[in-house]
Amino acid sequence: MRNSIMKYTFSTTLLALLVVVSLGQAAFAQDVLIRNATVLTVTNGTLEDTDVLITDGVIADIGTDLRAPRGVDVIDATGKFVMPGIIDAHAHIALSSINEGSSPVTAEVSMEDVVNPYHLGIYRASAGGVTVSHTMHGSANVIGGQNETIKHRWGATDPDAIRFEGAPRTIKFALGENPTRVHGRRASGGSGAIVPATRMGVEQVLRSAFENGKRYMEAWDAYNAEAATNPRAVPPVWNERLEVMADILRGEILVHCHSYRADEIVMLTRVLKDYGVDKITFQHANEAFKVAPELAAYGAHASVFADWWSYKFEVYYSTAYNAAILTRNGVITSVNSDSGELNRHLYHEAAKSQRYGGLTDDEALALITINPAIQLGIQDRVGSIEIGKDGDVAIFEGHPLSVYTIPVLTYVDGVKVFDRENDPDDVRVDVDPTAEVGMYEGQITGKDHIHSHEEVVDMLHFFQSVADTHIH
Amino acid sequence: MKRFMTFVLAVGFLIQPFEVQAQEQDEKARQGTYAITNARIETVANGTIERGTVVIEGDRIIAVGENVAIPDGARVIDGSGLHVYPGMIDSGTNLGLTEIGSVAETNDTNEIGDITPHMEALTAVNPNAVAIPVTRVSGVTTVVAEPTGGLLPGTAAVINLFGYTAEQMSAGSKMVIVQFPQEPSGNRPRWQQSGPDRRQERYKDALAKLDEVFDRAELYDRIMTAYAADPSGKEQPVYAPEMDALRPVLSGDVALMVKVDAADDILKAIDWVQKRELPNVVFSGVNEGWRVADKLAEAGIPTLVGPVLATPTRSSDRYDRAYANAGLMAEAGVKVAIRSGESENVRNLPFNAGFAATYGLGKEAALRAVTLAPAEMFGIADDYGSIEVGKKANLFVSDGDPFETSTNILALFIDGFNVPIESRHIDLYEEFLNRDEGRLQPVEILPADN
Repeated sequence: MRNSIMKYTFSTTLLALLVVVSLGQAAFAQDVLIRNATVLTVTNGTLEDTDVLITDGVIADIGTDLRAPRGVDVIDATGKFVMPGIIDAHAHIALSSINEGSSPVTAEVSMEDVVNPYHLGIYRASAGGVTVSHTMHGSANVIGGQNETIKHRWGATDPDAIRFEGAPRTIKFALGENPTRVHGRRASGGSGAIVPATRMGVEQVLRSAFENGKRYMEAWDAYNAEAATNPRAVPPVWNERLEVMADILRGEILVHCHSYRADEIVMLTRVLKDYGVDKITFQHANEAFKVAPELAAYGAHASVFADWWSYKFEVYYSTAYNAAILTRNGVITSVNSDSGELNRHLYHEAAKSQRYGGLTDDEALALITINPAIQLGIQDRVGSIEIGKDGDVAIFEGHPLSVYTIPVLTYVDGVKVFDRENDPDDVRVDVDPTAEVGMYEGQITGKDHIHSHEEVVDMLHFFQSVADTHIH
Repeated sequence: MKRFMTFVLAVGFLIQPFEVQAQEQDEKARQGTYAITNARIETVANGTIERGTVVIEGDRIIAVGENVAIPDGARVIDGSGLHVYPGMIDSGTNLGLTEIGSVAETNDTNEIGDITPHMEALTAVNPNAVAIPVTRVSGVTTVVAEPTGGLLPGTAAVINLFGYTAEQMSAGSKMVIVQFPQEPSGNRPRWQQSGPDRRQERYKDALAKLDEVFDRAELYDRIMTAYAADPSGKEQPVYAPEMDALRPVLSGDVALMVKVDAADDILKAIDWVQKRELPNVVFSGVNEGWRVADKLAEAGIPTLVGPVLATPTRSSDRYDRAYANAGLMAEAGVKVAIRSGESENVRNLPFNAGFAATYGLGKEAALRAVTLAPAEMFGIADDYGSIEVGKKANLFVSDGDPFETSTNILALFIDGFNVPIESRHIDLYEEFLNRDEGRLQPVEILPADN
């Protein structure tokens, strides 16, 4: 055991060293001038034959014939397309565990504690032009853990170094089949089963959690008011779970809720309205199109799959036109991956909204850039190509909405994290020498789209034996 | 959407007002005489006709060319500015055998038993599966429906995506599947890590069992042949359905589809089929085919490659290996067809082909890999895979390259039926795009306090 820890530490150090050496000093310079590109700004239309200058990791200028500051890396992007770095509003990459499936409410846990900067999913997503991922707790619990918004700073070795500094806190909620299966069907629905086993139960779990959070918040507010004048005031008992619920009520944490059916989506807006919570993004939301006017009226957002359906009953009545219907009804919508495969071609997933509903290029691109940025509360930093925004850009050969496009270069904060021309044949970064061949973690995460019944049974066994689950 | 499509058809394509009426009222798939005129025709077999006509009568294509007479009474679809392609063929799916992934009762892919080659996919394909119309409106007209599970999961069927019975859907080809044993490597998935690791043992057992099954099948075949030649005075041999199902594989009348992915397994599978002198073999999956492409080419084994939209098989591999696999194999001289490996999302076959095209296969070869190449591999190229006189009328009309994401499929023919562009996904779009437009009095749409 000790030996293997030593090995681990040694290879980690070695790896870190290699990464630093191989990327070299120049690669870490956060300055780059991209020349003569077709620039898809997303928020200000398309600019032909345009330069984009990134200095100190920030977009410093956009225009023609920009002067190259001394020593800046100049990329000739003639004939190529530059778009804002893609933002994946629903991912499970770079995490060493996903679900705290031990209770219907686990607001206190956070993915912040399990971020893994070595995860290959970061590199592979970057190879698809993705620069930011919202890497989330799973969907086992009605109120799951807090999520983490990360930047794809591939090569960083400190988990904290890939966190999107200043991004708002977010939390995962989940409705429908996953929480009712994990908790309500525990021990095959026997004596070990607990609420919720139905969508009625899911609502009451939510209401109890909010009500307890509200009382806790009020108790602390009362204490703080009293403590100002009375040094002998007695504080309420500290409760981390209720702290988090209180922060949701204070508007400090954005809710991202795994959901599918139209009725449960409207149910959550009712509950949130009762508690004055107005920042809500419905994740997956396969039936959001059925209640698009309600979502628009509430100001709720949706983050959907391009075309996934039918892998479970609650997504049987889906349509690939979901993103288009939502967009046309005024709902801010993003297309996400929830997958270590799809996150490599989100540009293609977004383009499907053109086949399924005829969205314009800008509307389709917004699904993977500015819209997910809004949903994560980071739209002032990323999501479009504008002066002053972060230097997160992706360069494509061919229009990124074409099936024939190829992402060739990806920058995060002006640092090159993917370069197709210099992509190595052997991307060996795995620090576990025994796992040289075979599935890597990214392939077994991102699996709410459980395809076979056997897989479900297999995984249910797993859920019941360990508290860590693979339901997202 | 379907009304929208009908409208487009009516205004955009149909010349005679009479036809407009007919189209608007007639949403039933119908055979008849059709002429698609002035279209860019991608024949696949004989190049591209920049501006030409395709005539369909009954279930067949009866004329293709630049100067083709339009038969009297033909329904005319003006294809000006539009494209005609042969219907695409997906060389590996579970379509029709599964309705809802996680609901066991709706899944008919996996029969009990390890050796079940006599389980026929065609029997369990549900002609009314909701995913079938969802798939065909993307231009995929034909798929291989595969049973799964065990060493010999069953017999895959090549089916057309229109019809009300197995007979109407069958495209006249089937393949017996072998799941070639996978040599274990790396770590077990976390949820299988209890108990000692017996994967190596199980692997060796599976290899031995595979040989045993085929030894027995050969013996069974000799016994049956001898008995059939002279039954007099002999006791009739015991009927063994799984052995019976393998007899046409031994003779080569039915192809053996060997599912195999890892490089070492592919090499072993090549040795195995050569050692057993199996006359009619295709490999399916073949995710690491690029690693041993020369060996595959040398063996002359056709491959059904995919999914293309997949992660590399090894963490150390280049991120784009699955995209590039088909192209690298084709470059080495391997015959490739493309499979999506999907069930409800077989509609992504053109995108699998598009990615393969982009990452090395090229557009022309990619189109062939979802049309004529698989038709040849399945022995149905006399009927399917290209736009040629005498072939079945499996084709579609689109406003562009069908691999391109934004392209729309505007008209669809399967077995000569003009199949409406309708599916649940389109129906829901129509119903919900402007959900409340039929409502006279606006209602409060914010949720009420309760």
